[in-house]
Parts: sequence; structure tokens; C-alpha cells
Amino acid sequence: MHPALFFIFGAIAVAGAVNLLVQRTPIFSALSLVAVMGALAVLYLLLGAEFIAFVQVLVYAGAIMVLFVFVIMLLNAQQPESSHRSRVARLVGIPVVVLLFMEVAGVFAATYSTTPVGFSGRIITVQAIGDALFHQYLLPFEVTSVLFLVGIIGAVMLAARQEPPQPPEGRLPRAQAAGHGGSGPTPEMAAALRQPARALGGVGASDAEPHAAGTEVKPR
Amino acid sequence: MPLGIFFLISLVKVVLTLAVLLTLVAYVQLAERRIVARIQRRVGPTRVGPSGFLQPAADTFKFILKEDITPTEAHPFLYVLAPVISVVLALTALSVVPIGGTFHLFGYPIQFQVTDINVGLLFVLGVTSLGVYGIVLAGWSSNSKYSFLGSLRGGSQMVSYELALGLALIGPIMLAGSLDLRQIVNAQNHIWYIVPEFVAFCIYLTAAFAETNRIPFDLPEAEGELGAGYHTEYSSMKFAMFFLAEYVNMITVSCIATIVFLGGWHGPMFGPALLRVFLPVIWFALKVAFFLFLYIWVRGTLPRFRYDQLMGFGWKFLVPLALANIVVTGAVLSFH
Repeated sequence: MHPALFFIFGAIAVAGAVNLLVQRTPIFSALSLVAVMGALAVLYLLLGAEFIAFVQVLVYAGAIMVLFVFVIMLLNAQQPESSHRSRVARLVGIPVVVLLFMEVAGVFAATYSTTPVGFSGRIITVQAIGDALFHQYLLPFEVTSVLFLVGIIGAVMLAARQEPPQPPEGRLPRAQAAGHGGSGPTPEMAAALRQPARALGGVGASDAEPHAAGTEVKPR
Repeated sequence: MPLGIFFLISLVKVVLTLAVLLTLVAYVQLAERRIVARIQRRVGPTRVGPSGFLQPAADTFKFILKEDITPTEAHPFLYVLAPVISVVLALTALSVVPIGGTFHLFGYPIQFQVTDINVGLLFVLGVTSLGVYGIVLAGWSSNSKYSFLGSLRGGSQMVSYELALGLALIGPIMLAGSLDLRQIVNAQNHIWYIVPEFVAFCIYLTAAFAETNRIPFDLPEAEGELGAGYHTEYSSMKFAMFFLAEYVNMITVSCIATIVFLGGWHGPMFGPALLRVFLPVIWFALKVAFFLFLYIWVRGTLPRFRYDQLMGFGWKFLVPLALANIVVTGAVLSFH
């Protein structure tokens, strides 16, 4: 049963990854990446690493990719033409990809064996992972968390700079705050609200005139 | 256990769970209408069957018979995918929830649970965290202002309160020393975790209301402002699927609250052997029913939050409080 599951979800992961590259609408690329994450989680499960599998779903698919989808929906909304196939990518990218694949294939050929892989009782339980993180790798763990903290503070600084000065208490009602964690709607958001799906090329992307009849979505 | 028997038992469990769950959702909704009506000094639905008992059947037929509309400007694929994501994830999360102990049938041990995995709590959190895609995609693909605003609110609200929800559960996990839902229940033999972890219980309950988009945190579908929020453009069975997902999610968070804080299926045991098999399930059901009643009671009582209040409350109050609770729990545990 396991080999069949491996091939099914391996195929899903590869298909999602290819679709991620081929899709021209960013939203579908993001959703394919979610599918890849989900398939990867199942592959982890098949290896017996339950903790890693569900943390993968929780963190990557459930949190990080949601932010990706949000950003795509809000920021890209003004560009109906989503992505152009760049010539540089074609001329440089394809040879590099072929080279990389050859290298990976070489490594696989050198280390090929028919013994099934697995975590085989090493780090599979939550206890073992916690033990490794907080005894053996305590310093790297703490350094990583400081790095994350710096990143968070930097992000807050960048976000706060663009806002008009708020009263220090921050208690005044901000009536226009909508879906943005407190700041007012940006022009991009307003554009996204006018034409969410259409603007991303989801429906009628060929419709070049933004003010053509019927483009404006009317509340029903 | 032979593979065939394993599949047979699993199939029976899945079918039973789905049947019980769908019936439960129908009657929770009837109970909600009756209780809210009583709170507001109305009568509620009483016409279909004895005291409205067949109302859910009538509602279901109405859903099926309604015209299934897809707005012309909607994205055809994502518009259909969104309710499917919501329902599938909501039902999947419940598959690891244990509702009773183990009993033996024809020599095979059978658990009151579809499947038992040793990181069950993480599974539930992971699957429910994906539920946000259903809401976000529904709002975006409908191509309507109200839907889009509702889905934005829903998405950011769920991502924010997931944090407080997860952090609140860490205290009990530290006490039990396991992510396995069965072990968490068994660790509460002496004392229910609601007593040592009362703060975490309050945080969990608040965050759970926000996670399931219920009053007082039902900003994503605030009728007065947004029509009906992210499912404004949905009709017929597609709307029913969102509806189903919301109520199944309510049941899921109630089950988790029961397991983690109220000792799961623990309760007084008495009577003959057959009763002893099903008594734990009854205790479990009563505790879950308490939480569901709480949901309805709160809906009939409290007004809605304002959006910035909601975000501020989550990030500036609940999350720091949950972190402090973890520190205190850890300190007490290490000094014991």
C-alpha cells in the first residue's frame, strides 16, 4: 500500500510544482504551491515523521501560503497582465535547470540502493525533537529566534513608517480600518475591491479596458 | 488485525460518524433557532412536525430545491472549489477526535474514533488552519465587494486567532506531556485541566469563537454591513456546504475543548458492562452539548465586536496572556 501512496502523492507534488511554473495567473501558482506542500506533508507521513508532516501543513500551507494568497489578491490586483515570459529566463534558466538535473541524477545514481528509507526511530516523536532542540541545538535555536525577532521588528518598522502618525494611545476609533490589521485601505486595496477576480486575469483577462461596461461589480 | 477487517471497521466508522454528524448539525441548528427565539421572547419554528422536530428535513429539501446560481462574473473553478474545501477540511478534522474508550467486538479492539494518530491535536490544528482557504477563495472568486471584504476579514481574523488558540493549548499539552488526544484525556484522571489551566481555558474558548466566525466575532459575515460576507453570492447546496462547514467546525472546537479541558469522556461509571461501554460516550456528548449551548447562548446575548477592537484584542491581549500562561505553567512544572 505504501509504494502506491508514495507514487500518487509524489506525482501530485511534481504536477503541482510544474503547474506552479506554467500558470500565468499568480493566484493559481500560489494554490499549486499549497498542493505541493500538502503532498510533501503526506510524503513525510509515509516516512513516519508525523510531527514534521503536520507542522509542515500548519506553518507552510496554513500560515505562510495564506499570506502569499492575501498579498497576491491585494497587491497584484491592478495588473491584468500577470506575467511575461522573460527571454533571460529562457536563455539562462533552461541550461541551468538541465545542468542541475544532471547533477542530481548523478548523485542519485551514485548512492542508489533498494533499501527503504525512513526516519527509522531517530527523530520522530515530539519528545525527541524537543530534546534535540533544547539540549543539543539550544544555541542555534536561540540565535534563530533572535533572527526572527529582528525580522519582525524590521517589518513593523517598515510598515509603521508609511502610516500617518497615530495618536499615541491608539484608542480612537478607526472606522475605515478594513481587513488590514488597522491601517486604512490603500489604493491597491481599493482597486482590488472594485474588481477582485477579474483584475487578476481570472475571468476575462483579455478585457483590456478597465472601465468597459460590466467591469464594475455591482452589489446585488 | 487483517487488512480486510481493518478496512471494514474503518468504513463502518466513517459512515457512522458522517451520519451522526450530519444529523447533529441539523438538530444543533434547530436548537439554535429555538433557543435564540426563546431568548428573544419569540416562539421559533414549530410548524413542521411535533414542535418543529422535522424542520431540519424541510430546510434540507429547501436547500436542494433552490436554484443554484453562479454569478456571471465569478471565477467558475474557484467558485465551486471554495465550499468543497470548507466542508472537506471541516469533516477531516473530526476524524481523529476520540469520543470514548476502547471496547472489544468479536475479539477485535474497537475505539470510538475513526483513526488514532499520536499527534492528534496537531492534526486538528493543521487541518483547521487550512479552512481559511475556503473563506478567502469564496470571497475572491465571487467577484463582489461584500464577499471580498468578508473574506479578507475572515482570513485575517482566523490567522490571528489561530495563534492564540494554539498557544492556549500548549499549557495543557505541557501538563499531559503528549499531543495524543487519548493520552491527554487519560492524563486527566485525577483532575480536569480546566482547574489548573483556567486562564488557558478562557483564552481557548474566546479564540474558538473567533476561529469559527461566530458572534461576537462574526465580522466576516456581518449581515448589517456586508450582506452575508464571504458567502453572499452563494445559493442552494453551495451555501449549505458553507453552513455545514461552520457547524461542523463548531462541533470540532467543542470536542477539542472537552478533550483538553473537561476530561474528555471521564465521568461517574456505574451499571452493567454494556452500559459501561457507552457511558463514556454519553458523558462526552453531554460536555460537547454544553459547549454548543454556550455558543447559542452567547449568540443570543452579545453584540458584535468592531473590527479594530477584534484585532487589537487578539494580538495585544489574548496572545501575550497565552504566552504568560505558558511561562507560568512551565515554571510551576519545573518546581514540582
